[in-house]
Amino acid sequence: MTMVEKADLAEPNETELAAKIDAEQVRMERRRKIEAFLIPTATVVSLLLIWQFGVRYFEVPMYIAPAPSDVGAALIKQFPLLLTNFWPTFYESVLGFFVGNLAAVCIAVAFVHNKTVQKAFFPIAVFINTIPILAVAPILILILGPGLSAKIVIVSLICFFPTLVNMVRGLQAVSPQALELARILSATKSEIFWKIRLPSSLPFLFSALKIAATTSVIGAIVGEWVGADVGLGALILDSSFNFRAALLYATVFMSSGLSVILFASVTIAERLIVRWHT
Amino acid sequence: MSVNETAQTQATGFSPVAASLKNASVRFGSFTAIENLSLDIEEGAFYTILGPSGCGKSTMLRLVSDLIPAASGDVRIFGKTTEEARIAREFAFVFQDSTLLPWRSALANVELPLEMGRKRGVKIPLSDKSPMELLELVGLKGRENALPHELSGGMRQRVAIARALVCKPKLLLMDEPFGALDEMTRDHLNLQLLQIWKETGVTILFVTHSIPEAVFLGQKVLMLQAHPGRLKEIVDIDLPHPRQIKLRDTAPFTRYTAHLRELLETC
Repeated sequence: MTMVEKADLAEPNETELAAKIDAEQVRMERRRKIEAFLIPTATVVSLLLIWQFGVRYFEVPMYIAPAPSDVGAALIKQFPLLLTNFWPTFYESVLGFFVGNLAAVCIAVAFVHNKTVQKAFFPIAVFINTIPILAVAPILILILGPGLSAKIVIVSLICFFPTLVNMVRGLQAVSPQALELARILSATKSEIFWKIRLPSSLPFLFSALKIAATTSVIGAIVGEWVGADVGLGALILDSSFNFRAALLYATVFMSSGLSVILFASVTIAERLIVRWHT
Repeated sequence: MSVNETAQTQATGFSPVAASLKNASVRFGSFTAIENLSLDIEEGAFYTILGPSGCGKSTMLRLVSDLIPAASGDVRIFGKTTEEARIAREFAFVFQDSTLLPWRSALANVELPLEMGRKRGVKIPLSDKSPMELLELVGLKGRENALPHELSGGMRQRVAIARALVCKPKLLLMDEPFGALDEMTRDHLNLQLLQIWKETGVTILFVTHSIPEAVFLGQKVLMLQAHPGRLKEIVDIDLPHPRQIKLRDTAPFTRYTAHLRELLETC
């Protein structure tokens, strides 16, 4: 070991060292990002190619399984039809997402602040969660009619439970020391809630919202299956009854596109808001 | 150089009392954590607290800081009850874990005590130093916008110290604040803490597991013993200030550490 190295070891310059580590981390991060993009893309492309040539090679009839190129063609040709049916499903999902999650967050806050309320209502919440959404959907359509409101309720129900459970956990996941600090600062309950509990629950909330982003689309489509004449769910039923397989696949593609949009929106919001969670 | 030659004169008998415990006991159910502890901490003093695990070191700080009540006896901080002293922000606490709020920047974490407690009628005493100047004092100038996860363990603990100083406490309670840090960072922070103590004149009660740290920092070392927690001995550390790291290699210093180690073994 040379003298220079020894001197370095004896007096490590904290900021210089931190800068070096930062640079290395940035490089690793970039490489990781490229890999995270390239590997799945290549996999998807290969799978599509296998599907395309498989269907053509085995001469599978179009009404059983269309090739990706057929689905692509349907997607382009029928795009106006797909879009008219996309928007109702979009509204149902988004509105139900907000109603269900807002209700879950409010009830979670009530649960955390009042144990009696939690004891009284948590079993009911669990019970509601155990009813299959497919079983409850017809009841809701009967009560609320085939319009928008029944679907919003169905979507809210499907979003509600995961968010409730996560939010309760998040609000309680405050370190005991943070609460001791608050006590030493003579903080009030509301100060603790707004300045400590609520912010520390946000990572939990967002992981629940990511689940809800995709399940909300499922809820909307289920609602449309039970009773609707517009929406992606209605189009799925219609195209399958009429053996329009390419259109069916294109509709499924649009549905998953909707899930992706909602999921991505939640993820972007999370990145902007929960900057501390690494 | 003998201990006597390096001794620093201290006007201990006449300085006002920062914290005073009289026959204080703490019980958790049937377990007695602290029994009949009587002690006066002079204002402006630096006390370090040593003892085997389970001797009630942390419990003593929690008692003084009104986190746990005394089962019997009396605890006063500048003549006030612990609750009054808490509401008057007479003391501040530094935990072993920095306990920073991860969504707040270093600066916003230092400002936290200024935002809390108003609704409970806490009149927040302002330090003569702004939160920014306090970050500068602990050597974190330029990192005020960093989030806690972007800072090293030592830096986080320095933010916690700046946060503790923001209400200009007269008494600083520190519960193994450097226990989780590596030795070099710990040495550095020890020096910095001594400097802060000199500059601010704050009274410090500092719990540690490390005998050298206790001797290096303290004017007096409180040795507690376990089962139940009570005072074994108060050791005056007559070593000159300002202290430097190399003090640890001197004979008087090692005499103290040897003595304390012996005491600790008989606890």
